[in-house]
Amino acid sequence: MATSSVSKGCFVFKPNFKKRKISVPVEDYFNKGKNESEDSKLRYETYHLIWQQMKSETEQLQEELNKNLFDSLTEFLQKSYSGFQKNSRDWGCQIKLREIPTAALILGVNVTDHDLTFRSLTEALQNNVTPYVVSLQAKDCPDIKHFLQKLASQLMDCCVDEESKEGSIQVAQKKTHCSMDSLSSWYMNVTQKTDSKMPRKKRTSTSQWQSPPVVLILKDMESFTTKVLQDFIIISSQHLHEFPLILIFGIATSPIIIHRLLPHAVSSLLCIELFQSLSCKEHLTTVLDKLLLTTQFPFKLSEKVLQILTNIFLYHDFSIQNFIKGLQLSLLEHFYSQPLSVLCCNLPEAKRRINFLSDNQCENIRRLPSFRRYVEKQASEKQVALLTNERFLKIRELYCTCLEKNIRDSEEYVSALQLLRMLAKDDLMTILQKCFQVFKSSSEKQLGSTAKRIEEFLAQFQSLDEAKEEEDTSGSQSKGLQKTDLYHLQKSLLEMKELRRTSKKQTRFEVLREKVVNFIDSLVREYLLPPETQPLHEVVYFSAAHTLREHLNAAPRIALHTALNNPYYYLKNEALKSEEGCIPNVAPDICIAYKLHLECSRLINLVDWSEAFATVVTAAEKMDANSITSEERNEIIHARFIRAVSELELLGFIKPTKQKTDHVARLTWGGC
Amino acid sequence: MMSKLELKEDKMLEVQFVGDDDVLNHILDREGGAKLKKERAQLLVNTKKIIKKPEYDLEEDDQEVLKDQNYVDVLGRDIQESLKNGSAADGGNKVYSFQNRKHSEKMAKLGHSASDKVQLKNSDKSEFLSTAPSGLRKRLIVPRSHSDSESEYSASNSEDDDGVAQEYEEDTNEVILSQKIPSQNRAISAPICKETPSKKMKRDKTSDLVEEYFEAHSSSKVLTSDRTLQKLKRAKLDQQTLRNLLSKVSPSFSAELKQLNQQYEQLFYKWMLQLRLGFNIVLYGLGSKRDLLERFRTTVLQDSIHVVINGFFPGISVKSILNSITEEALDHAGTFRSVLDQLDWIVNRLKEDSSLELFLLIHNLDSQMLRGDKSQQIIGQLSSLHNIYLIASIDHLNAPLMWDHAKQSLYNWLWYETTTYSPYTEETSYENSLLVKQSGSLPLSSLTHVLRSLTPNARGIFRLLIKYQLDNQDNPSYLGFSFQDFYQQCREAFLVNSDLTLRAQLTEFRDHKLLRTKKGTDGVEYLLIPVDNGTLSDFLEKEEEES
Repeated sequence: MATSSVSKGCFVFKPNFKKRKISVPVEDYFNKGKNESEDSKLRYETYHLIWQQMKSETEQLQEELNKNLFDSLTEFLQKSYSGFQKNSRDWGCQIKLREIPTAALILGVNVTDHDLTFRSLTEALQNNVTPYVVSLQAKDCPDIKHFLQKLASQLMDCCVDEESKEGSIQVAQKKTHCSMDSLSSWYMNVTQKTDSKMPRKKRTSTSQWQSPPVVLILKDMESFTTKVLQDFIIISSQHLHEFPLILIFGIATSPIIIHRLLPHAVSSLLCIELFQSLSCKEHLTTVLDKLLLTTQFPFKLSEKVLQILTNIFLYHDFSIQNFIKGLQLSLLEHFYSQPLSVLCCNLPEAKRRINFLSDNQCENIRRLPSFRRYVEKQASEKQVALLTNERFLKIRELYCTCLEKNIRDSEEYVSALQLLRMLAKDDLMTILQKCFQVFKSSSEKQLGSTAKRIEEFLAQFQSLDEAKEEEDTSGSQSKGLQKTDLYHLQKSLLEMKELRRTSKKQTRFEVLREKVVNFIDSLVREYLLPPETQPLHEVVYFSAAHTLREHLNAAPRIALHTALNNPYYYLKNEALKSEEGCIPNVAPDICIAYKLHLECSRLINLVDWSEAFATVVTAAEKMDANSITSEERNEIIHARFIRAVSELELLGFIKPTKQKTDHVARLTWGGC
Repeated sequence: MMSKLELKEDKMLEVQFVGDDDVLNHILDREGGAKLKKERAQLLVNTKKIIKKPEYDLEEDDQEVLKDQNYVDVLGRDIQESLKNGSAADGGNKVYSFQNRKHSEKMAKLGHSASDKVQLKNSDKSEFLSTAPSGLRKRLIVPRSHSDSESEYSASNSEDDDGVAQEYEEDTNEVILSQKIPSQNRAISAPICKETPSKKMKRDKTSDLVEEYFEAHSSSKVLTSDRTLQKLKRAKLDQQTLRNLLSKVSPSFSAELKQLNQQYEQLFYKWMLQLRLGFNIVLYGLGSKRDLLERFRTTVLQDSIHVVINGFFPGISVKSILNSITEEALDHAGTFRSVLDQLDWIVNRLKEDSSLELFLLIHNLDSQMLRGDKSQQIIGQLSSLHNIYLIASIDHLNAPLMWDHAKQSLYNWLWYETTTYSPYTEETSYENSLLVKQSGSLPLSSLTHVLRSLTPNARGIFRLLIKYQLDNQDNPSYLGFSFQDFYQQCREAFLVNSDLTLRAQLTEFRDHKLLRTKKGTDGVEYLLIPVDNGTLSDFLEKEEEES
């Protein structure tokens, strides 16, 4: 069946019914592209497992991070709602009743993540506050009519969930005419109904109110038209007593926008409280901590990959979701392209798998550059052993996985060390304690001794405590700053400095601190080596940064430009080889036409262009084409020119113009 | 690297009389878009200072370059790593520097040396120019927007010692001039070639991107030659002849193209995997990706429901896409009130039945008809469903601008570069292309067809109208044939006997879109044939031949 036609643009293909039943499992695609498919199934499973774990981890994280925000929001809603309930005669309360309780939720510029937040917010509210939660987007509400319609239909949907029978008919009816009046009468209806049902069912179980409020979430407050917003607020404030509305504004920029969108007369109808969500940077840090800087997941990112991901995050979108997507892609790529990634799993499992390694896979290991380097460093006898004895190989493997868990960025380390030298005692102690905890929890054999030593240091510090404190105070008192004048102060400070440097008499604390720092330094140097230097780092480290970049942050314009300017880059034909900035006249037609068009300014005369094109192309063809007549040849060249021009038009470099006959307008600039 | 560059600079600044060509080479080799941008900004702010202290300036530039490269490095554009991908290897800094003066010269040279004859025959202007003495050419002035490039030409000529080469180059210049500049627009200017090398270099650098843009767009007058296609005999081709002609062209580099395609075909299963895992795939790069996607379809999609959508089809719309999904793919007979309703229905249907899987192949997601915000939003929402898999291609230079962050996250794209160099045959066949005059061939045939079915009297009426319109074609204030006058003339020619019969005839024409009526300011009805005059005269000629 063909997919081109002059009468239609969509073609549906349905396989036979029998065939359709068999749906190909995903893992089949995992190995189909590759030849060596020995363990691809296992690899896919590992990928799947790790990804699921990571995903649930991030979701959990998201929940935790949002928890605070949601809690305070819920509290706010409940508080403002109780205002409706009290119905007190108090004058102040009545004033307040005129105001629509509004929560301004500042979410930051990472718009793509907002959806997720709102979804969980809706869920949380529905569980805790009210069944009537509606969220609207600006694009659905170009005017107040649509606004109300959407609101109504969504509200009815909320209600349908509860009483599934009558709902659908109602929706169809109400959709046509919607006003605040009809809404509030509907609301009365529903609440009364639930009221009558409620006592029997679940009044006791939940803290359901008599008439739960209606929460309206405006997801992207900034993009709503001011008119719609204003009208809606004014109208609904009139109906507030019978239709208890609570607004939540989703704000990406800053709270000032509320006052910019709403005049004072309108904003005074609102009782606004601000809520700030966690900044996306902090969010990212926690995600990084939880996903990459733990031993929980064996999969690691190399420095470059991580940098690309964070750069996309920082320079492009601030979107956690995209970051996670990048992580997923790198995980997938790793397991897809690296045959040894089969070993990228938790330790006991890896041990087990190593025992089942086939010859082929061992060969793969031997081919790894890092392994080669490692082998070359060993003595020659050992080399032979390593290359032949597979048992030996397996032990090394484990060693390397152990090591790689402790890697931190080495550059940061230097600055951290300097900071450490400056630290006061108390801070130092807390840090040491933390280190101690970390080492203890990791419980590696090699690290056991270090933990002990740190413990010793801690004990020393403890014993130092009393003696030293006295020392410290006395020291500072003796050199107590005479608060006479500035000059003296400066002088004495300088003296103090001198004294320190020349005397070299360090307190016991300083000596100890130096010791600790040196110890940590040596520790780090020993264990926290950059991953690239470790043998077999390829197993757990994903380093193909360029693939990631290609697929996530592609640059189609550059690709087009390269293809047009330098066809040799793609077509490795010697005839196309040329120096920078030139193309030979045998290049594809579109390249030649493109080059010629670069020479023109805003408008291009088609006649001149076609002649220049013909000139270049004829020169290229001259030798071989003697068989056809020159007239025919010219026609063909003209046809080729037409094709090239229409292709350039399709690509968006030129467009037809009516400014002058037979001219086209250039849509890019540059060149001459 | 910095010190090395500095060395170069020093050398260039000291040696005063380097051939201009060399200077040019030097600049062009080193120029990078990013650097230029920085420098341009500086120059705009304080030109004098920088010209006074060139060394300082250059030093700063180098630092800027370094900074930029740092950024590029940070972003991971590692040339060694990505030999396969054009976008990556070329780096960011070359993209916007369309520096090609030297090249264009060469190109024209090539062209000229090979085919003087063509030039002489085709363009009388270049003939005129090549007889002009070289001194005259220096006085020729070039329109403002070209001044920089042209000054280079004259400069490089003036210091060239080799007589033969000079003449040769002059010829090529003239070829280029004849391409660009109508002779009547030239004025006199002082020769620019007398500048010192360093100053000239400055000038060169300034003439880039930003300023060029404003230069090109500031003046409403654009200076190009006035030649039109009508003077060329073979200007108009219809779609069929075009295809026939192109079929005679033997494709070049077929081996390399095949290799490219094979590379991409190896990715098919990977694409499938990634599609199934929740990503959507977008293909970009020069060349039609239709065949590639078609092969993808036939190799891996045979056993699943899939919809192929030709975005380049002029009648395509989101509505029709959704219709084919609901009606054909999901076997739904009902109709929907709006597109959004339909979308909701599809979403619900697919959510209910998770075993249902649907592949969408969209050729040219960026086409005229689909690039609208609403269409993209709807397609994006479709593609975000976990059991709809979307693989699409884009071609337009600015296609990625269609998607803001929200839409991008809906689409969840993985980008794949597939540069194929295949001609966009199918994609361009529908469009009203610039040189493929569909408006020429089509109405002419329809004219003849319609008129053949009419009575001789009706034909006569129409011919009368055509003639009148052609007689008035040079009259800019011509509104049309007023009905009363027309009726009068028809009566005189014994074509109608009452204005009612005339009106009946005119209705017939109007139904075939061969006639338009307009009410003038005075309330008089004017008749006009909405077909261009060339076609009309062709038609008359044909009629006369036949009779």
